[in-house]
Amino acid sequence: MLDVSSLTVEYATGKNPVRAVDDVSFHVDAGQFVGIVGESGCGKSTLLFAVAQLLSAPAAITAGSVEFRGQDLVALSGRRLNAIRWQNLSVVMQSAMNALNPVMSVGAQFADALRAHGMSSRKAVAARSAEVLRLVGIDPVHLKSYPHQLSGGMRQRAMIAMALLFTPDLVIMDEPTSALDVVAQRSLMTQIKELQREIGFAVIFVTHDMSLVSHYSDRLLVMYAGQLAEAGPTRRIFDNPLHPYSRGLLEAFPSIKGPKVPLQGIPGAPPDLSIIPNGCRFAPRCPAKMPQCETTPPALLDREGVRVRCLLYAPASGNAAPGEQAKETAQ
Amino acid sequence: MTEPPSVTELLRADRLTRHFKIGGALSQGTLHAVDDVSFSIGEREIVALAGESGSGKSTVARLLARVYRPSSGTVTYFDETGNGRTLSSLRSRRAGLRYSGQVPMVFQDPFSSLNPVFRVSHGVLRALKLHRPDLSAGERRAEAARVFDVVGLGAAMLDRYPHELSGGQRQRVGFAQALATKPRLILADEPVSMLDTSIRIGLLNLMAKLRDEEGVSILYITHDIASARYVADRLIVMYAGQVAESGPIEDVLAAPRHPYTQLLLSAVPDPKAPPPSTEAVAAASGERGEPPKVIDPKPGCRFMPRCPVSVELCGQVTPELKPLGAGEVACHVAQTGAEVKAFT
Repeated sequence: MLDVSSLTVEYATGKNPVRAVDDVSFHVDAGQFVGIVGESGCGKSTLLFAVAQLLSAPAAITAGSVEFRGQDLVALSGRRLNAIRWQNLSVVMQSAMNALNPVMSVGAQFADALRAHGMSSRKAVAARSAEVLRLVGIDPVHLKSYPHQLSGGMRQRAMIAMALLFTPDLVIMDEPTSALDVVAQRSLMTQIKELQREIGFAVIFVTHDMSLVSHYSDRLLVMYAGQLAEAGPTRRIFDNPLHPYSRGLLEAFPSIKGPKVPLQGIPGAPPDLSIIPNGCRFAPRCPAKMPQCETTPPALLDREGVRVRCLLYAPASGNAAPGEQAKETAQ
Repeated sequence: MTEPPSVTELLRADRLTRHFKIGGALSQGTLHAVDDVSFSIGEREIVALAGESGSGKSTVARLLARVYRPSSGTVTYFDETGNGRTLSSLRSRRAGLRYSGQVPMVFQDPFSSLNPVFRVSHGVLRALKLHRPDLSAGERRAEAARVFDVVGLGAAMLDRYPHELSGGQRQRVGFAQALATKPRLILADEPVSMLDTSIRIGLLNLMAKLRDEEGVSILYITHDIASARYVADRLIVMYAGQVAESGPIEDVLAAPRHPYTQLLLSAVPDPKAPPPSTEAVAAASGERGEPPKVIDPKPGCRFMPRCPVSVELCGQVTPELKPLGAGEVACHVAQTGAEVKAFT
């Protein structure tokens, strides 16, 4: 349904443009739940914005395409995009606190979106607004409420209700649970999953908390410094992470069960993207670094359905043979 | 509060209460942010204060930092000689400064808690000038270098500006500032919640190091139970302004007795566990309650509306925190000796 290929986004700053998303390819099938994880600054939010065509200057897509239901969104005009946005593809922003208008009631904001997409009858607007609010487990009386009267969890659910106004095919979520505590977080995640089962939309879910998507996503993209580090079925990555970075992310979680083990996390910080290192971008922080990592940038390799960008898995001859390179359509 | 005899008490809160007046002239109400909270913190101890947003944990920190005055109840601080004084008796500027130097605070947001127009050494040097006036300029610089070293930044970082530092480094600056005043207890209000999971561990390790090597106690306020377990010695769980359960952290986590503690633990995502069964997911999605805003509360257990095991008594009498096993629990059902299995 969504096919992103070789997408590259650059921020035009000064002399060196900063490449925040570098040659990223993935696809989302109807009804799938795809998780994107990585640290802050790895380009995951930029990638989302690029997919939804919400980038604004100085960021721009410099290469690649975003094919959504057969249309390349990158080439579409603003008007044609407007028809697709919200109807077929909607976005849930990171902070519901800031994404909802504080001086309009929730219902007025719902009505605004519905009217903009051609629903004119007041009755129909009210009925649909109440319906989506009920979907996410909020009493429709709250259509009259203002955002500050709702709790953080309810605001976030109201945002999701708003994204579902037109039963879209794809909902893009940018860290929707980051402001919530664990109990509210779990209830929101199970609810997203339930709604997905009922309505059948696909989800792209961006987060820096890998444990959050472990039980909910079908496929996982691990991003590092603008590139895909590893991508594949979620369970396989959790059971057997190939990239040292994915392994590090997974081992960064203390557990509430089992023996207490000292953890290290991932020392260091991601590289400055305006000065891209020669070899592997993760090499300075990598516990499995080899001499060639400093000089050879690793290609994205296909390992039985899991794509991984690491020289550990490169054929012994050094660079990967062309046939080994993962194709966009892999998995 | 029962304490193992080896731990020297550093600070004790007794029936600490803070109410806020809210609403306009026609809708006056009293928000009970913190109600009857008692606990103590010992020397060389990390105490985790956990709870949902709105449970009053930050208000407790602000009461301890003397940002708010308690509506009732007391906080007693024991100085190096073991002399206990209540915070409300610290009237003079000198006594207040001395206390805030020994009990500094580290804030949640490392991006807004550092002044962007000054080098990061600014805060540390200012704190030193204010709290340790006996030091010369050179000694202050040397001390700033020392605390930067302790928190793992290195003296070279002193001359950087906040924007040149990553979130994790900035939060280390926060700890360096706290450390500069020779603290005995650091109040850390969600110090890692704004950081990436991959660098949280580094900060948690730093907190453990401060306890083990510098002998500092820490009140670690968090909603992340897994990270609390990683560093803390004791756990205090708050719900709607009251303590629900407290005790040695391993004991509480191995056998949580309060239904709310059980709910909190069951919601922690565990990537190593197998995916939850469909029944478990269905049960969890039935759980949509929210912590109440405690405005003019009536007697009774505040968790009752969300509690699957509540009895009649719960609606009539507010449960007191009473010793049970190795810790203390405020739950009528658990206090009868019955085994509570509300959420698994």
